[in-house]
Amino acid sequence: MITSATWLAVTVGAILVNNYVLCQFLGICPFLGVSKKVDTALGMGLAVTFVMGIASVFTWLVQKLLVALGIEYLQTIAFILVIAALVQLIEMTLKKFMPSLYSALGVYLPLITTNCAVLGVAILNIQSFGVVGGLSLLASFLNAVFSGLGFLLAILLLAGIRERMDVDAVPKPFKGFPITLITASIMSMAFVAFGGLLG
Amino acid sequence: MSNSKNNVWQQKGKIISNGLLTSNPTFRLVLGMCPTLAVTTSAFSGLGMGLAATVVLVCSNALVSLLRKVIPDKVRIPAFVLIIATFVSLLQMLLQKFIPTLYSMLGVYLPLIVVNCIILARAEAFASVNKVSDSILDGLGMGLGFTLALTLLGFIREFIGSGTIFMGSIGATEFGLTLGKLPEYSMSLFVLPAGGFLTLGLVMAAFNAIYSAAEKKKKEKMEAIAAQIEEAKKEAEDFAKLDAELAAANEAQVNTEENKAENEEVAK
Repeated sequence: MITSATWLAVTVGAILVNNYVLCQFLGICPFLGVSKKVDTALGMGLAVTFVMGIASVFTWLVQKLLVALGIEYLQTIAFILVIAALVQLIEMTLKKFMPSLYSALGVYLPLITTNCAVLGVAILNIQSFGVVGGLSLLASFLNAVFSGLGFLLAILLLAGIRERMDVDAVPKPFKGFPITLITASIMSMAFVAFGGLLG
Repeated sequence: MSNSKNNVWQQKGKIISNGLLTSNPTFRLVLGMCPTLAVTTSAFSGLGMGLAATVVLVCSNALVSLLRKVIPDKVRIPAFVLIIATFVSLLQMLLQKFIPTLYSMLGVYLPLIVVNCIILARAEAFASVNKVSDSILDGLGMGLGFTLALTLLGFIREFIGSGTIFMGSIGATEFGLTLGKLPEYSMSLFVLPAGGFLTLGLVMAAFNAIYSAAEKKKKEKMEAIAAQIEEAKKEAEDFAKLDAELAAANEAQVNTEENKAENEEVAK
């Protein structure tokens, strides 16, 4: 049975304590690659949150199917295929019915297939939290959405700092990725402090 | 005959050293950051992750290269992902059976090798347009470059963060070194996520400095050679000028001699 502590862990915990980027190292590539400007970071963060929410529902259903058929060992292959197909499907649907949202998310949608945070949340929904058989459908969905929001928060903060850093004099070997990593390190120290939040 | 053989070996060596150093996936291409940061809390898990990714990289590169003429261009990315996912699943099962310590150490990052950008990037950029043997070598070079980077980061973080060297166990055999009282003075920050970002940032900056110094040296060498060539060209030009002057002088002399002869004839 899912306790209230678990509910708290999959919502507030997913944003602050178990922040995917800064505490669990998932989705680092877009975190470092698409955080040069606040606008693009916002687009990427929203796209990730959106896809993670939908993907968590579909992978949850697929997992039930795999268990029913007794072929759990195909989990990795099945999940990545579902996510890739889903991203493609979401892209086409948005293009047809919500062109404004489509143009806002733009080029970030196809990039998400190889974002390990999406596959990560699908697998962690089943493996972690000490709940036998994984989280319920609603809890999985909430965990995914709040994890996505955690990613959004982290990438927005980093983009803000990097925009400011563009005008600072950074030593030459540190330019680009190294100084970004050190910035992320200091942010991560701050987020680790949230560890005591849930007791 | 032996010369062309030498050339072939040089080429093969270049493919491997390209992955190991020149375009090291971690420090130069900045690919596959998630496992790089997540599992490098000790040198042993870094090495394990690196080797696991190398196995998948070599196998997927080989198969992608083998099927490069069969896979239609439009569906190549899903096909590559499927090939990679198959090998990852195989590896997962093998590790769970034979090295369970490593299996639990790598945790969720083992299935996540599927979305490691290095593997898809090499399938797309190298294996899908090159011979099978070259693709295998490329996979080996890139994989070992990744392994080297992960082991180095793991070594630094483990040494500062827990005060041990290469602690780990396979089955019942444990190995590794604990250095006297060092663990008591260790900085646990370095095995936390923050330490991962910090170590990678510092090591990457060091690599950047080394690379730019090497490039500067190379540039200076090239410039010196270019200056030499320029000088030689100038000399050649000077010689050509001298030649032309000499020829002109000769002609003038011949002309005056002819004139003289003509004048003499006229005088007669």
